[in-house]
Amino acid sequence: MENLGCANNPYRDSKVVEACSLFGVMDRGGRRFDGKDIIRAMANMRERGNGLGGGFAVYGLYPDYRDYYAFHLMYENTTAKRRTEEFLAKHFNLHLTEEIPTNNNIQLSNPPLLWRYFLQPKKGCGRSSWDDYVLEKVMTVNNAIEGAFVFSSGRDMGVFKGVGYPEDAAEYFCLEEYEGYMWTAHGRFPTNTPGWWGGAQPFSVLDWAVVHNGEISSYGTNRRYLEMYRYLCTMHTDTEVLVYALDLLRRVHGLPLEVVSKVFAPPFWFEIDRMERKEKELYTALRQVYGSLLMNGPFTVIFTSRGEMVGLTDRIKLRPLCVGVKDDLIYMSSEEAAIRLVCPSVERCWRPKGGELVVGRLRAQAVEKLLASSEV
Amino acid sequence: MVEHEKMKVEETTAVIDAQGLHHRVLNGLIKKAVFEGAKKLRILNVHGQRYIGAGLSHGVEVEIHGTPGGDLASFMGGSRITVYGNVEDGCGNTMAGGEVVVHGHAGDIVGYAMRGGRIFIRGCVGYRAAIHMKGFQERKPVLVVGGNAGDFLGEYMAGGVIVLLRLNGSGEREGKANFLGTGMHGGTIYLRGEISGLNNHVRSVEMNGEDLRLLRELVEKFSRHFGYDTDRILKDGFTKLIPAARRPYHEHYS
Repeated sequence: MENLGCANNPYRDSKVVEACSLFGVMDRGGRRFDGKDIIRAMANMRERGNGLGGGFAVYGLYPDYRDYYAFHLMYENTTAKRRTEEFLAKHFNLHLTEEIPTNNNIQLSNPPLLWRYFLQPKKGCGRSSWDDYVLEKVMTVNNAIEGAFVFSSGRDMGVFKGVGYPEDAAEYFCLEEYEGYMWTAHGRFPTNTPGWWGGAQPFSVLDWAVVHNGEISSYGTNRRYLEMYRYLCTMHTDTEVLVYALDLLRRVHGLPLEVVSKVFAPPFWFEIDRMERKEKELYTALRQVYGSLLMNGPFTVIFTSRGEMVGLTDRIKLRPLCVGVKDDLIYMSSEEAAIRLVCPSVERCWRPKGGELVVGRLRAQAVEKLLASSEV
Repeated sequence: MVEHEKMKVEETTAVIDAQGLHHRVLNGLIKKAVFEGAKKLRILNVHGQRYIGAGLSHGVEVEIHGTPGGDLASFMGGSRITVYGNVEDGCGNTMAGGEVVVHGHAGDIVGYAMRGGRIFIRGCVGYRAAIHMKGFQERKPVLVVGGNAGDFLGEYMAGGVIVLLRLNGSGEREGKANFLGTGMHGGTIYLRGEISGLNNHVRSVEMNGEDLRLLRELVEKFSRHFGYDTDRILKDGFTKLIPAARRPYHEHYS
């Protein structure tokens, strides 16, 4: 740990005051752009992290392979790689296998082997249940194969992350060479859990990705609830429950986003008491049915899925979030200064209230162009 | 006089271009300039650098263009900082004296544990403004807010004065006050207009002559900074809030 102290506290301050940094940007018109701005914005918030985790999620990343799940894998050794590839070959049709390009002039601590696979479930698995099938296989790899970790498994999107500052991770993964219509990023200041490659953020499964600042104090309760639905929490960090809860509530249970946000950050009971009858019934029912998915503790999250970026803070707003809009561009950031740095002419910049949902969505024409399947 | 490619000094005025400077470098330049006699500082292109003006107790005028980062004017003494832009979280943290004037909005916990001096915000403030503000005898910190405030305004407040003018129309928060003055046990909050839904840690009392005199003085200052008409602001009724008890958590811990 001495080395870490040296790297992360070069001025030997008696106290290091930090918090995670979050940033997200999307073009609602679906235009794809490079990561230059988000990397610059993250570097401007370098102070918030300590170099023990940095990463990016990019949507609209692999338009040529839009119908394939893009698996990004970390391997601690070649045995894990061999076992995983056997497993993948057994359950999937592999379209393309390649090493994830990295810039090895950038020194990150202890990098794993990094590979990606574009694949589809084997014949016999109906298309409507592809997501369930893929989710189950991801859980299997992450739990049953020692030293292997699927850190990205969506379509036309991908996560790049590691132990380091976000701007270093960006250089390591050559992110200047990628384009997407939506990017999120995270700079980590780990509190209760170790800073390791798999524990860096964004956290992602299927098309969902989450970046998170704060602490999910309700992790134990959330985890036990999610395990009943076969989501296995193995990443040694509280953030993963958010991803699985999103997948369960939105994809499996089909709840609208607005309702999901009221499960994560519900109104207080005294507020429910003040409501009209129908509203009161709804919120009471939600707290009764999904009480175990209330996300307690201080948090700001930005969660993304195909075509959608959502910002949310805990209901008493113990972590910061600033939103900016400029034409089709929507920004979400831990600090306003980072938005103004990359978009000096931002039209509106505001701080949402605690528990208030902020949603950026692709416009209808862009949805058709970007999200429709090419195979009909 | 200290030399740096990002700083130009003319007589007692220093102009610093903060673009790309780490906060340690920027604050180092500010300190050096002040130690060597600068009375006025203009800082341009500020993008989130923290701790600007921290501990600055030399009667200096500082003008900031951009978006200063966290803990602006923390522990500051008798200087004045004027910001042309919005400020991030923790502005005026444990500030001891002097003045901060913000021609924009402020983030969360503005005036945190403030113990002297005055902060004027033209726009709105975020959550927990003036949390644990404190005062003693001649030390009387003041926070004047032109717009609205987020929840927990004056939380654990132990002294000093908050004036909330709510000039930005009938915003959603008008009249609502979630957790306002929770744990408050000293000081005074003046709100323009009425308020409902107060918790039992604060109570509303009649304004007296001394309140009106102080309120006029503070609103006059606010109006001079930001170009408002004092009499128009003051013609509306104000609500005065004080702590309901000296020990709000008496039942919890005794």
